[in-house]
Amino acid sequence: MAQDDHSGTELAAADSSHAVQEFAGSTGTAVIPHDAFENPGFEPHRPRVTDEDPRREKRAQRTVYTLFYLSILGSVWAIAAYMLFPIESNDVGAVRLNNMFIGLGATLALLGIGFGAVHWGKTLMTSAESIDIRHPISGSEATQQGAVEVFRQADEESGFSRRTVIRNSLIGALLAFPLPAVVLFRGFAPQDQIPVELLSHTMWAKGTRLALDPSGVPIRAADVTIGSAFHVIPEGLIDLEHGKLEEKAKAAVLLMRLDPSELNETPDRASWSYDGIVAYSKICTHVGCPVALYEQHTHHLLCPCHQSQFDVANHCEVIFGPAKRPLPQLPIAVDDEGYLIAQSDFTEPVGPSFWERH
Amino acid sequence: MSTATTRSTTPAKRSFTAGASEYINDRTGIAVAIKGLGRKAFPDHWSFLLGEVALFSFIVVLISGTFLTFFFQASMAEVHYDGSYVPLKGVEMSVAMASTLDISFDIRGGLFVRQMHHWAALLFVAAIGLHMLRVFFTGAFRKPREINWVFGFILFILAMAEGFTGYSLPDDLLSGNGLRIIDGMIKGIPLIGTWTSFLLFGGEFPGTAIVGRLYTLHILLLPALVVALIAVHVGYVFIHKHTQFAGPGREPTNSVGPPILPIYAAKAGGFMFLIWGVISLIAALFTINPIWNYGPYDPSPVSAGTQPDWYIGFADGALRLIPPGWEFVWLDRTWSFNILVPLVAIGIFIGLVVAYPFIEAWIKGDKREHHIADRPRNAPTRTAIGAAGVTFYAGLWAAAASDLLATHFSLTMEGVIHALQATVIVGPFIAYFITKRVCLALQKKDREIVLHGYESGRIVKLPGGEFIEVHQPLDEYERWRLVSYESYQPLMIRPNARGKITLGQRVRASFSRWFFEDRIAPVSKGELESGHDGHH
Repeated sequence: MAQDDHSGTELAAADSSHAVQEFAGSTGTAVIPHDAFENPGFEPHRPRVTDEDPRREKRAQRTVYTLFYLSILGSVWAIAAYMLFPIESNDVGAVRLNNMFIGLGATLALLGIGFGAVHWGKTLMTSAESIDIRHPISGSEATQQGAVEVFRQADEESGFSRRTVIRNSLIGALLAFPLPAVVLFRGFAPQDQIPVELLSHTMWAKGTRLALDPSGVPIRAADVTIGSAFHVIPEGLIDLEHGKLEEKAKAAVLLMRLDPSELNETPDRASWSYDGIVAYSKICTHVGCPVALYEQHTHHLLCPCHQSQFDVANHCEVIFGPAKRPLPQLPIAVDDEGYLIAQSDFTEPVGPSFWERH
Repeated sequence: MSTATTRSTTPAKRSFTAGASEYINDRTGIAVAIKGLGRKAFPDHWSFLLGEVALFSFIVVLISGTFLTFFFQASMAEVHYDGSYVPLKGVEMSVAMASTLDISFDIRGGLFVRQMHHWAALLFVAAIGLHMLRVFFTGAFRKPREINWVFGFILFILAMAEGFTGYSLPDDLLSGNGLRIIDGMIKGIPLIGTWTSFLLFGGEFPGTAIVGRLYTLHILLLPALVVALIAVHVGYVFIHKHTQFAGPGREPTNSVGPPILPIYAAKAGGFMFLIWGVISLIAALFTINPIWNYGPYDPSPVSAGTQPDWYIGFADGALRLIPPGWEFVWLDRTWSFNILVPLVAIGIFIGLVVAYPFIEAWIKGDKREHHIADRPRNAPTRTAIGAAGVTFYAGLWAAAASDLLATHFSLTMEGVIHALQATVIVGPFIAYFITKRVCLALQKKDREIVLHGYESGRIVKLPGGEFIEVHQPLDEYERWRLVSYESYQPLMIRPNARGKITLGQRVRASFSRWFFEDRIAPVSKGELESGHDGHH
């Protein structure tokens, strides 16, 4: 192309003429200046210390192979650690040692190869850069024409656009054939259940005793002191053979006792509490996390997932956070033996909102 | 035998590698690929490594995950735990949880592989996110790479799906609560929500099906898609050749960098081992997802400070930022705007992310291929939009830790939420304006340096007594880095062939004005010369 000492410049000049030819296309609103600077071409190649100083080159070589040997040592160590640090049953400390020493061995093995290879590449391998010429992604005009011709010929031979009845009926068939597969997805859930029905009822029923979560021991009204809060499940839940978690996900309740004077109860719900003891669904009306945090002196419940806050003193209405509805209240009473019982199921669906809820 | 080739007449003494490579090539024709690709130039810049970090951490995820499948059992059948971890002995839990505990406590090196898997997954998503930011801010999504941007975007979504499904598998308290939240969100979707949740969980939440189903997605469907898309994505990097930053000798029509064999192979291959080594080091020293502390899933208890994995944080944060009361009963149906608004807002956000290359191309009307990466300052509006997007995302993300922010800094819950609501709504605008001004100022500084040189630090006293600092002119290579960019001007509305100004034209023109009104052109030769002749 040109003299050696100017090859970079020459290359650049040759390329910019390519640019005009090859990447033609609308420039849109780009401003193409008339007297822009020209690419000065490649900077003179700067040798590295390892190119010039044989001692540095030797040292780099030593570094690289030392790193690779260290890597082998790391692999051997990881295997040895597997045997030297067995997991003794019931000892968490042994697990930790096993994890750490196998891991450190593997780390040495990997980092040794990594640093060694990179160092080799950076200091010892010839540092000349390659130059590739880019060509338009679309290919040459002839290639594009060739592709168009293939389609045209295929269309001609098959009659795809000519025989419209065949074509359209095929499109129809192709649209219809995946539909049975979609229907199969109905089998993902039991055929004999209706979700709205299930979401509307819980395990609570008239006379079900309130029991402690997780022990299942029934709770006496006398045991609930003012200011205390209990995590509650319906009695009998822990004995369920099937669907224990599903029932618990709806029936979990928080039981709290407030000073009756602090409780602002609407007249229609005055009979739902017992001597300042109130029971509310523990399942957040936002997206269903357990509203597990009770602040005793403010009577506020906090959902730890999205920080909705409910005011127990005011029928658990929302005072902050993304939830809208108050936590549903479980009407309670006391049976002959002094145990807390439910008067009925919840009077509305518990937990997160759903479309059919109203 | 008269047609004996040179091959058969060569001396019998040949190296093993020569023989082996000939054997393979005769059967695969691989020489074509090696000759074509082996010396391909691969442009160098630290930011080009981010995509590689994603690829290399994915390899760790794949290999460690395969190991874990040999031990994990995706069943929600209830068992009484009987493994080595004493505090949970006898506790009722699912087989999935018990087998995860066994991997952690009863299989040597099992915890290490499990932690590698989780840490590598976190790094995988993080690296994809940073890689996307690099591509965005340097304009590497422009023609011909728009479609590869879409593939990369889908990979980002798939990576998050992989992460979430994997996070849910151990069936511990934390992951169960994560699923509970997903269930609650799905139920809030109008019309299809209730049934979708019912089908997904195989009945009522939590049911006994979800872990098995997520497992199939996690180890079969999603990885297959990810692997296929990575192949396509990386394949297109080869077809397009990598972008490069402007520099001496770098042209739109060339690609300059170390050849794949040997330098790039050594550096990238070595880098792969470095990434693996770092993941291994973290897994060796830092615990992640200690499910034994959380216990098995139970719908009733939950601990304070629950957090999803980092990449789900923005969605969780979006849920938290909704003010009270955004839910209505209308037409006898429940409209949960407290769930719909976050879903729609996130949908619009990621929709804009995936559509951005096409929007910018439409505004510019530029149909040329672009292979020179922009410096972010030279595309001020784009960079400012990116900063606004990052601020929006960061606001949502911070909101996922609203409770921790409140407790750690002794703030009120309400104060944190209100501040973050303001951040998410006003923050992007502030970030936009600041970033745009900074970009323009940097462009002006570049012009200044090109025209007047850089400050040399040498103070000279003139004969008249005036002190001046000598400015050193740039050499031509340095100058080229600062002047070799293109600027765009606002679109002029012109009637089309039928003498009409269409609505599309008007919209495009107003977008174009927004993008390119503040335009700082690169210094031209004439300017530099007249600058030297005349005034300062």
